[in-house]
Amino acid sequence: MSDIVDAFSEAWQLILQLDPAFVEIVLLSLKVSTISVAIATLIGLPLGSALGLYRFPGQQFINIALNTLMGFPPVVVGLLLYLLISRSGPFGVFELLFTPTAMIIAQVILVTPIIAALTRQTIQDTWAHYHEQLRSMGCSATRAIPTLLWDKRATLITAVLAGFGRASGEVGAVMIVGGNIDHVTRVMTTAIALEVSKGDLALALGLGVVLITLSLIINTLGYCLQSSYALKTHSVLNSFR
Amino acid sequence: MFPLIFEQVSLGLNSQPKLLLDSINVRIEKAGTLLILGPNGAGKSLFLRLAHQLIKPTQGQISWAIPSKLARQQQAMVFQHPILLNRSAYANLEFALKLKNEHTKIEQQHLIEAMLEQMNLQEHAKTSANVLSFGEQQKLALARAMIIKPKVLFLDEPTASLDPSASYQIEQFLSEVATTSTKIIMASHDLNQAKRLADQVLFLHQGKILEHTEAALFFKKPQSKLGKLFLAGELLWKDNRSLL
Repeated sequence: MSDIVDAFSEAWQLILQLDPAFVEIVLLSLKVSTISVAIATLIGLPLGSALGLYRFPGQQFINIALNTLMGFPPVVVGLLLYLLISRSGPFGVFELLFTPTAMIIAQVILVTPIIAALTRQTIQDTWAHYHEQLRSMGCSATRAIPTLLWDKRATLITAVLAGFGRASGEVGAVMIVGGNIDHVTRVMTTAIALEVSKGDLALALGLGVVLITLSLIINTLGYCLQSSYALKTHSVLNSFR
Repeated sequence: MFPLIFEQVSLGLNSQPKLLLDSINVRIEKAGTLLILGPNGAGKSLFLRLAHQLIKPTQGQISWAIPSKLARQQQAMVFQHPILLNRSAYANLEFALKLKNEHTKIEQQHLIEAMLEQMNLQEHAKTSANVLSFGEQQKLALARAMIIKPKVLFLDEPTASLDPSASYQIEQFLSEVATTSTKIIMASHDLNQAKRLADQVLFLHQGKILEHTEAALFFKKPQSKLGKLFLAGELLWKDNRSLL
């Protein structure tokens, strides 16, 4: 029991003293996750919009593939990416293995399907509601994309935050393609896995606290965005009663 | 851009043998407000959607005096349930003007402010359209349609879900529109409203045109038996009884 108390005590010290090694890991994690989610958003929003608005051959296959990829085991993504970017792989010449770039690619593969699939469903439903009015106004499906994305921004930001949650909490794929190299590719999740295996619970706990806090902040943001619209409507409706 | 001509226009669904609109032949001229009358299921909304090119006929041809693409650009439509964008009342009007791309930012601002004032919505300029009352939403939808100064305004029972006060305001506005160069083609099953607004009447029943005549003549002496029954408020009742 005292071991656990000691570990928590040390963990808090690491956090409060902003231990350089600790901060380095946190910052790299944030950098990798933020860049991957930004790239995934840039791919996922237009891809999801196109799938929601247009009908074309092979669309069903893409929809099923996206849904499958949403639940794809990260370690398998890591393994496949490892095979592609390892020295003997087709992209070995780029020397991406065990770099933050490889970790970003892995996270983009994991996060894009989440953002694209949620965007597709949102845009599809919204287009079904809006399309007659927008077409009446001379707005083509392509021109409607930014309009629909803006109108459903609260839902879509939640989708992006869900993607960020997946990226920041991911361990399997980044462990395989990043290698968990100290000062190079060590992020919060891989560091926790390593420190636990070494029996150094303090650092693992400290990182765990940061990770949970991050998750809490993301979910709070998503909740606030969603409820801000509901609250606005609710207060106006109440004024009529 | 007038006349609008329907030639042997039919509309059906693959899954249903019965046609929703059956061999429609009609020529609509520019003058006056045209009310499409008929009981529920007569095909009034489909007629408007065909004329506005939102749907295509399964048979026949619909033509304007100018190319249909050009004609479409000079039309606007308001639906029974207002469909507004999730943004302010001002931004909803701005969106319509931006799509037209015919005005500078300053001109857009003047047009929007004038239109909001005309519709008595100036207080709600910055209010999200989704939190306006149903009547205000419909007024905003009408404002959005009219801000582009269309040559033809299609209205699909715009007051069907409104209270008398809101209906009255919409009707007042439509009466003003009728004095401009905009042609109103409106679907309704409200006879009193039709009497107040219509110059011509097109009476539909079960997908067929039974009468296309001057409003005064239709209300005084309808030529068809079903027209008489409709004016007497007995058409639906008789239809229902025949099903028993």
